[in-house]
Amino acid sequence: MFRFLVDRDSWQEIYDSLRKNKFRTVITMIGVWWGILLLIGLLGAARGMENSFNRLFGDFATNSVFIWGQSTSKPFKGFQEGKSLRLTLQDAKAVQEEVDGIEFVVPRNQTGASVVRGFQSGSFSVNGDYPLLDKVQKKKLIHGRFINQNDIDDKKKIAIISEDAYKQLFEKDEDAIGQYIQINGINFKVAGVYAASMMGGPSSDMHIPFTTFQQIYNKGEEIGWMMITGKPEFDIKQIELDAKLLLKNLNKVHPEDKRAFGSFNLGNEFKKLTGFLTGMQFLTWFVGIATLIAGVFAIGNILLITVKERTKEIGVRRALGATPFEIKRQIVMEAVLLTLISGLLGIISGGVLLMIIDAAFGQGEDAALVNASVSIPIVWLALAILIVLGTLIGLIPANKATSVKPIDALREE
Amino acid sequence: MLEIKQLHKSYPIGDSSLHVLKGIDLSVKEGELVAIMGSSGSGKSTLLNIIGMLDEADEGSYVLDGVPIKNLNEKKAAVYRNKFLGFIFQSFNLINYKNAVENVSLPLYYQGLGRKERQEKALFHLGKVGLKDWAKHLPNELSGGQKQRVAIARALAAEPKLLLADEPTGALDTKTSYEIMDFIQELNDEGKTILIVTHEEDIANMCKRVVRLKDGVIMEDKFVNQVRAAQYV
Repeated sequence: MFRFLVDRDSWQEIYDSLRKNKFRTVITMIGVWWGILLLIGLLGAARGMENSFNRLFGDFATNSVFIWGQSTSKPFKGFQEGKSLRLTLQDAKAVQEEVDGIEFVVPRNQTGASVVRGFQSGSFSVNGDYPLLDKVQKKKLIHGRFINQNDIDDKKKIAIISEDAYKQLFEKDEDAIGQYIQINGINFKVAGVYAASMMGGPSSDMHIPFTTFQQIYNKGEEIGWMMITGKPEFDIKQIELDAKLLLKNLNKVHPEDKRAFGSFNLGNEFKKLTGFLTGMQFLTWFVGIATLIAGVFAIGNILLITVKERTKEIGVRRALGATPFEIKRQIVMEAVLLTLISGLLGIISGGVLLMIIDAAFGQGEDAALVNASVSIPIVWLALAILIVLGTLIGLIPANKATSVKPIDALREE
Repeated sequence: MLEIKQLHKSYPIGDSSLHVLKGIDLSVKEGELVAIMGSSGSGKSTLLNIIGMLDEADEGSYVLDGVPIKNLNEKKAAVYRNKFLGFIFQSFNLINYKNAVENVSLPLYYQGLGRKERQEKALFHLGKVGLKDWAKHLPNELSGGQKQRVAIARALAAEPKLLLADEPTGALDTKTSYEIMDFIQELNDEGKTILIVTHEEDIANMCKRVVRLKDGVIMEDKFVNQVRAAQYV
C-alpha cells in the first residue's frame, strides 16, 4: 500500500511533472511559503514579547498576593468599627496551614531608617526577612549571600543591601562585604549586595534577618504584611479570598468587612498582561493558519488548472493501464510534496527572519523582543497541518482528474 | 480472439438519444489485420473504443481472448487494457516531457515491473521500431513518423494480445504513412492481431480484411488481397 512512498519511480513521475512547469510550481509554492513564514515570524515575535515581559517581572513569583492589616469598617462580636488590625506570625502560619494551594507564605516587616557609614548617610527602607524571600523574589546577588537560617536563629546583625544603597554608602569599587553600617545607630555587617530588579512589588533597599528586626524594633509577633505565593495550578484570586476570610475569622472581623485587610494581587495584574499575550498568540495562530489555508488553496487551484491541462495526458496514462487510484495518488502526492517543500522553505526562512528580528530588536537589557523563537513541537505541528491540508486539497484535483472518462480525456484537444 | 455479438450503443443527446451502433457482429481471429472503414459518424471510432474498453456497450456481448468484457469498473478496465491491449493514436499521444524510452516504458510501469526490467524491455522495443539511437530524445525532437514509431513501440511494450490503431496515419504524409503501414504489416507477419480504424482506401487495402461500417451497421466484411506497403517505401 505504502510501497510507492519509497518507490523511486513514483517520485520520478512527480519530479518530471513538476519540473515540466517550473514557473507554475514556484508561483504555487510562494503562497504556502509566505503563509508559514508569517506564522513562524508572528509566533516568534509573540514569544519574544512574552519573554520580554517575563524578564521585566524578573524572577518575581507572579502567582502571588500581598495582604496587610488595616482597620475594620464594621462592628463585630463586640468590637467597635475602626479597630486597627496587625497581622502576626501566627496569622501567617495559619494561612500556610489552612488555605489550599499555598506554595509559600512569607511574613515581612518594613520600616524606614537612616543609615550611616562614616561620613556617608542616607535614609533607606529596611526589611526584616526570612531566607524564604529569596524563593519568591529572587535577589540577584552581586556579592556575598542572602540571609540564611543561621542569621535568623542567632538574630545576627547582618544586612544585605541593594546596589543603590551600596553606591550611596560606599566608594566606587570598594569591597562592601564585611564592612559595617549603622542602621538607626546599631552596627550591621554587610553580608551581600544585590542588583535592583526592574519590577516586582515594593522597592526595598536593605534586608536584615526577620528575628533581628523583631528584636531591635520591638515588634513582638507582629508583621507588616505577608506575601503569599500560590502553586501554579491554583487560582491566586481564590487563594486571596480564602486567606482573607481565614484572617477575618482569626482576628474577629465581620466576614463582609471590605476594609479590614488590604491586599494587592500581583497574580491578577500579571494575568491581565498574560491574557493580552494569549490573545495576541491566538491572533497570531489565526492569521498564520488562515494565510496557510489560503496558500494551500492556491496550490489546489493551480493543480486543478494543471489537471485540466493534463486531461489528455491522464487519458493516455489510463489507456496504458493506469488505474484511477494510481492517477489520484500521483496528484495528491504532488500536492503534498509542493506544500511540504514550500512549508520547509517557509520554516527555514522563518528561522532566518527570527534571527534577523533577534539581531535587530533582541539585544541589550531593555530589548522589546527577548529570544524570539518558535518551539520545535510547533514546527512539527505546522508541518503536520500542512501535510493534512495538502492531502485534502490534493483530493479535489485528483477526483477531478479521474472523473473524466478516459475516452473523453483522449478526445480532448 | 475477439467475438462481438449484437453490440448496441447509443449516446444521449438532449432529450433524445443517438443510436450509434445498431447490432454489430464481428469476429476476429488471431493474426488478422483488419481495417475498419467508414465515413465520420458511421460508428467506427465508437466500435474501436468499446473494443479498447475505453467505452462500454449498452447491449450485446464482447469476449476478448476468452474473457467476457462486461461490467468493468475503472480499475479492472485499466488492468485489462494494460494486459490485453496496445493503443496507437492518430495524434501519437506521447507524453511530451518524457523522452522516447520513458514513454515506451510507461505501460510497463503500470504493470508494476522493476526499473531495470522496464528499461531493458523499452529499449528492446525501441530497437524494434528502429529508434534505439533516439531513446533519450523528447517527442518534440522527433519527426511525425518517428513519434508514431515510438507510440507503436509503447503499444508493443506490454506485449498485448491486440493492437488497436485509431487512424494511425491520419497525421502523416503519404510516404511516412506507408512506412508506418509497412511496419504494421511486419508486425502482423510476426503474428500480431491488429485492428486499424481508417477512412483511407489505400491504407485499408494494405490490410487483409476490410470491414465497412455505415450508420452503425456493418455494410461489408471481406477479405482483400493485401497490398504490401514495402513496394512504395
